[in-house]
Amino acid sequence: MDVFAKAVQYAMEPRNLDKLVDALTRHLYLVAVALLIGLVIAIPVGVLTSRSRVAAAIAINTFNGLRVIPSLAILFVFIAIPGFGLSAKTALVALTILALPPLLINTDAGFRNIDPAIREAARGMGMAPRQILLQVEFPLALPVIIAGVRTAMVEVIASATLAAFIGGHGLGDFITLGFSLNRTDILLVGAVPVALLALLAEFSMTLLQRRFQPPTH
Amino acid sequence: MSSIRFEHIVKRFPNAPRPSVDDVSFEVPSGQFVVLLGPSGCGKTTLLKMVNRLYEPSAGKIFIDGQDSQAIRETELRKGIGYVIQQIGLFPHMTVAENISVVPRLLHWDAERISQRVDELLRLIELEPAEYRERYPSQMSGGQQQRVGLARALAADPGLMLMDEPFGAIDAITRASLQDEMLRLQRQLHKTILFVTHDVDEALRLADKIVIMRRGKVVQFDTPFHILTQPADDFVADLVGADDMVRQLGLLRVEQAMAPLPSAWRQNGHPTIGSADNLREALSLLLRTGADHLTVLDAAQPVGLVSLEHIRDLTSGAEES
Repeated sequence: MDVFAKAVQYAMEPRNLDKLVDALTRHLYLVAVALLIGLVIAIPVGVLTSRSRVAAAIAINTFNGLRVIPSLAILFVFIAIPGFGLSAKTALVALTILALPPLLINTDAGFRNIDPAIREAARGMGMAPRQILLQVEFPLALPVIIAGVRTAMVEVIASATLAAFIGGHGLGDFITLGFSLNRTDILLVGAVPVALLALLAEFSMTLLQRRFQPPTH
Repeated sequence: MSSIRFEHIVKRFPNAPRPSVDDVSFEVPSGQFVVLLGPSGCGKTTLLKMVNRLYEPSAGKIFIDGQDSQAIRETELRKGIGYVIQQIGLFPHMTVAENISVVPRLLHWDAERISQRVDELLRLIELEPAEYRERYPSQMSGGQQQRVGLARALAADPGLMLMDEPFGAIDAITRASLQDEMLRLQRQLHKTILFVTHDVDEALRLADKIVIMRRGKVVQFDTPFHILTQPADDFVADLVGADDMVRQLGLLRVEQAMAPLPSAWRQNGHPTIGSADNLREALSLLLRTGADHLTVLDAAQPVGLVSLEHIRDLTSGAEES
């Protein structure tokens, strides 16, 4: 039988279907929380770095350094840190660190590339710094920030698969199970949804980015 | 209505060899159009930006309507001053209507009043509200964008306008039409305007009075007419091209050279000319008709006379310097 048909058959067994739904929910939860924490950190830090050359040099270099480290290595390093070990918490920390560089770099770029004349006009009209940030700068930086979310999301969706190795569960559970039983069909039950999720993320974030892009002509 | 008084204003930037603005004092009465003119680096923009406190003076005081500007909160001060810059600085994510509404919204006007004001201003700058309200800045030409920039600065009807080379980045033909528009608006609105430019022709065309600056100091503060006819020194004479009479006549408005109406004055069928027309047009009309003087009209009312003698006085005045 075709391996894909076997995978579908496996997934449709009631017990396995429950597991698949659980794994998918778990996977999405990991992705959402990692991105959310990532944004909460990256937006204020990115605003700061876009305004200060020193802050930019420190933050961007640090996170670019982190980016060089393979996802799996980050996941495993955290297992060794006391208090983390094999747990969903460890997976989340690692995934957040993976999400940070694109979020931070894009937030920084989004704010940095705002035409200084726009800021000067806003100041000259009597807008307070907070009003300039929320009403002018943030909406202008938003499309670039969303592009960062897109990159980070795809990366985190893929890397969350590895969370299964360190007790984070998610769709990676099927992949590790498939590997250990040498069953390609089980492996596909994990791998195909991950691929579809990544495509969906790419597509929906692109639409969202366009939605917030001011018209150019 | 707003007057501005500069008292011994000095601005030193860190690491600059000399002050950018060096002990400048002068006064702009309410309703006057004053142009700050000078070569780049003369301190004119720095001086302008101290009025709305984008820069703070190192020494001296600026009074707006007699009130020390340092005593007013920055944001409050700026909401009461229209500000137009060369790069226009419209917000690209906001429509024309939203851009114009920025200051009224900061001042918490209600939606109905803001909407009416937007339409009123768009009509004032001759952009049809129905067509332009919902456009984005990127969907308009540079000249249209700067007209919206002007409308945005006028939105809350400030008595005082600061304009920093507003037409500097706009092509020559559009610039001329924007200058005409500016003159038309000022005739209607009587704002106190401080206008920075390095374009001598623009300064002579628009100004009631010109402040000529060089290396942070005011070299001459006078009417365009006097600056052309009695330049304070060689620098001013060179800057304004005081020896090119024909060009000057094309830049000076009739009202800047005319004599007041004598008490026993009658029209007597003399040819007429508009007070905002330039002196070259006046000269050619005098030569063409052979009349000894022209009656100057403002809004169809006679306001003065201009004769060949007036124009000749202007010419000889320039030659003496």
